[in-house]
Amino acid sequence: MRKAALHVAAGVLTLAAAAPALAGENDPLIINGQIEITTRTAAPAHLDGHLSEIRSGWTFRTDETQVMQMDDFDNPAMIYVDAATDAWNTVEGSADKSCASCHEGPESLAGFRATTPKWNAEAGAVWTQEMYVNNCRTERMGAEAWDWNGQDMRNMTALLASVSRGMPVNVAIDGPAAETWEKGREMYYTRFGQLELSCANCHEDNYDNLIRADHLSQGQINAFPAYRLKDTNLVSVHNRFRGCIRDTRAATFAVGSPEFIALELYVASRGNGLSVEGPSVRN
Amino acid sequence: MRTALASVVALTLCVGVAQADTITPEDVMFDYGEVAQSLTGTPGDAANGIKVMTNRGLGNCIACHQVTALEEYPYHGEVGPSLDGAGDRWTPEQLRGIVANAKEMFPDSIMPSFYKRSGYIRVGDAFTGKAPANESDITTLLTAQEIEDVVAFLVTLKD
Ligand code: HEC
Ligand code: HEC
Repeated sequence: MRKAALHVAAGVLTLAAAAPALAGENDPLIINGQIEITTRTAAPAHLDGHLSEIRSGWTFRTDETQVMQMDDFDNPAMIYVDAATDAWNTVEGSADKSCASCHEGPESLAGFRATTPKWNAEAGAVWTQEMYVNNCRTERMGAEAWDWNGQDMRNMTALLASVSRGMPVNVAIDGPAAETWEKGREMYYTRFGQLELSCANCHEDNYDNLIRADHLSQGQINAFPAYRLKDTNLVSVHNRFRGCIRDTRAATFAVGSPEFIALELYVASRGNGLSVEGPSVRN
Repeated sequence: MRTALASVVALTLCVGVAQADTITPEDVMFDYGEVAQSLTGTPGDAANGIKVMTNRGLGNCIACHQVTALEEYPYHGEVGPSLDGAGDRWTPEQLRGIVANAKEMFPDSIMPSFYKRSGYIRVGDAFTGKAPANESDITTLLTAQEIEDVVAFLVTLKD
């Protein structure tokens, strides 16, 4: 622990000497010295002026946390990406197939994370990444579905995010997805629980303010799944939503519920224009 | 079941002990956001008010407000205004109204209503994330006396 801290401190010193600003709210995020991440950009028109600029949660974190995401060797989430890469190549289920049998390398799915949740015409519903993954497992591989919030699924979403890093989030909110999006928007502004707080109360009206010791971000999901230092593991989007709603002294919705799918589409759309950044590091 | 019954009995006893003069949340009279009458008739205890304001499980006021007099208790938030000088800006009656239900003074305020127990959307059983067994068992965030205690402390915040 002591050693790790020293190592980080040394890193901070050297980098600071080489380039004047290491990482701050206005600094660029470049991963592995090559993947450029847009962490601040103009808000999409459908936010109706509620925000002028959208910002990745990365811009609100401390230098120490920010720097962990700048190199995959320092990013503790990458071991889960490695585990998912193994799973990707592992044959499972009655059809004797792995993900690789149909998709070749994970890079073939670059862009998928950037556009989900999205309307699935065949199913007649908005689907998240987890639903697409499980559909392949049960329908194409003859394997068992993974738990929405289980380790295997969180790992796989981390792998799928990693191959889209640097691509702009661009979820569709019109056409058949519009109804689900509207439902999500309504939830975002609903003051849930005994504390009567909406997502917007904290992440739109008060981002950049401290609430107790927490520096409030805009609550964007472009960087998910996130490795939370507090949990020392990946956190899924729906689990983050569940935690935030629970903190309002409310009865939360379930992971994978229609409500959270709608909220995910809406929150994702608030980040249209930011880069896919997951798996990220957060405190 | 047995424990549930026991706690109901205990609750009834507590309510019985709390003076007959305690004003229920439904009976509090707001006049332009202020509440003239003490909620309990018992003077507030400022020292306990500090405990309520700094304790996460009670008022947790400093999560949103900076208060110089409470500097020794970390961490102070920035969601609401600093409460320094609140005792100069507001009368005790106004402070009682703000703490009991800030939305009466500041419509649509983000500040929670501490003396209210119904009318919520998906109220939970404290921070469990679960629905309460019975919504009518929901108690106010602070008791009437705790509100009086907080007000007793707030009036001491003078510039
Ligand atoms: C009482 C305040 C509060 C409310 C209400 C709230 N959150 Fe949060 N949320 C936080 C805090 C504190 C954090 C951790 C710091 C941060 O990233 O903002 C957080 C983090 C997040 C993150 C992680 C962002 C990142 O980059 O790591 C997401 C996503 C999020 N919230 C979404 C939501 C949504 C959606 C809602 C409504 C359903 C909501 N929050 C309601 C306080 C709140
Ligand atoms: C979730 C945030 C939040 C919490 C928790 C909170 N407040 Fe507030 N409070 C506010 C905001 C915001 C305002 C400003 C009024 C407005 O515009 O809504 C405010 C206003 C006030 C004011 C008037 C401020 C002035 O001096 O003009 C007082 C007094 C006050 N709060 C006391 C308290 C006390 C006491 C508690 C705890 C028992 C508390 N607050 C908890 C957010 C909060």
